[in-house]
Amino acid sequence: MENQYKLLQFNLNGKDVSCMIDVRMSLTDLLRDEFRLTSVKKGCEVGECGACTVLIDGEAFNSCIYLAAWAEGKKVRTLEGLTGPDGELSDIQQAFVDEAAIQCGFCSPGFILTAAEILETGKEYTDDELRKLLSGHLCRCTGYENIFRAVKKTMLRRLGKLD
Amino acid sequence: MYDMSAYYEARSVDDAVALRLNHPEADIIAGGSDVLVQMREGKRAGHALISIYLLDELRGVSLEDDGTIRIGSLTSFSHITKHPIIQEKIGVLGEAVDMVGGPQIRNIGTIGGNTCNGVTSADSASTLHAWEAVIELTGPEGIRLVPIHDFYLRAGKVDIRPGEIETAVLIPKESWENTKGYYFKYAMRNAMDIATTGCSVNVRLSPDKKTFERVRIAYGVAAPVPVRAPSAEAAINGKAVTMENAEKFALAVLQDINPRDSWRAGKALRQHVAVELAKRCLIEATRRCGGEL
Repeated sequence: MENQYKLLQFNLNGKDVSCMIDVRMSLTDLLRDEFRLTSVKKGCEVGECGACTVLIDGEAFNSCIYLAAWAEGKKVRTLEGLTGPDGELSDIQQAFVDEAAIQCGFCSPGFILTAAEILETGKEYTDDELRKLLSGHLCRCTGYENIFRAVKKTMLRRLGKLD
Repeated sequence: MYDMSAYYEARSVDDAVALRLNHPEADIIAGGSDVLVQMREGKRAGHALISIYLLDELRGVSLEDDGTIRIGSLTSFSHITKHPIIQEKIGVLGEAVDMVGGPQIRNIGTIGGNTCNGVTSADSASTLHAWEAVIELTGPEGIRLVPIHDFYLRAGKVDIRPGEIETAVLIPKESWENTKGYYFKYAMRNAMDIATTGCSVNVRLSPDKKTFERVRIAYGVAAPVPVRAPSAEAAINGKAVTMENAEKFALAVLQDINPRDSWRAGKALRQHVAVELAKRCLIEATRRCGGEL
């Protein structure tokens, strides 16, 4: 295959990085295999389950159906990018712990990144709006209510409407 | 790894046209939420790809000097929904594309991809038909404009010629002015589902809100390609805003549509749903125009 490899430069969790990639790679493959960011889960690999969700320039994308080559010049964030310098949990991660929004944990990184996109808008959403915004993720343990509560409480806390 | 035989990244529209001419066998990939899934399934395995995804010049919504709403072909569904021009002038399009897949799919999926794959169930398709959108294609001879009705040739096949890519979807001012619409997606689930039937109606009332000046209606999944319902439109245009006329309008759609029997839904159910949706969409669009039914 002609031009099978290319040099990719992008910003990953706040750091400028560059590496040679195979253009046939998905962004999931790149993040897991080259950068060992294993929070990016391989679920359905056809953009249905949301387990591989990452933030690209602030918006949530299924990295399994996003070509690694498209990350050029973009800001990519994974769950690892939400934690503090010494691994401190962010408020939304802590809320998942507090609300027992985690059972097997496979869907959690994706859910938390979509939650991060929602929370960063700084808006207050209704319950129905929040459910719709979270609808691109499947939790096979069916822990949706706790996940919903974790996101809602964090939203209200950030807006100063809950202590 | 995706099973592709070659990958070409277009760096400009001209570059995309040149790549199309040099590699006529290659598939165009925009957001990839259809192409990559089909490649994974094996349907497109081994195909060459021309990516246009990095062409930022094809993103965005603008209002041209003559009042035409121009939507760049790579504008994502979520950006269409959030855009103030769409919200103000053709809100129904923003609402329709807000029902595609789930949130992440709406961030990657593009209006260009949604029209170019030629699928009847595309959530944008019925609304774009009902609004008489015009597809802008750019090719070796420059720009070609095609009314969306003519753009869909048959199921899965649209009028894209060698060397061309779709560069924009246009909604002329005459189409959107003083007009409000409503889209109803009938599906089994609220997220990550494909429409069993989708209906889009838009209405322009007379200034006194008593007469249907112009009503347009289109369906997805009522025929192999998205279709307008001309008999229904003829039955209501120029008529008084009454429930009786709304019901006649809804029943007349049966003369225009030809839904199929499939595992998703039988023909009889789809016909029943089509009539009901026509009525509900008309009522809601009329209400949005300030009329009462």
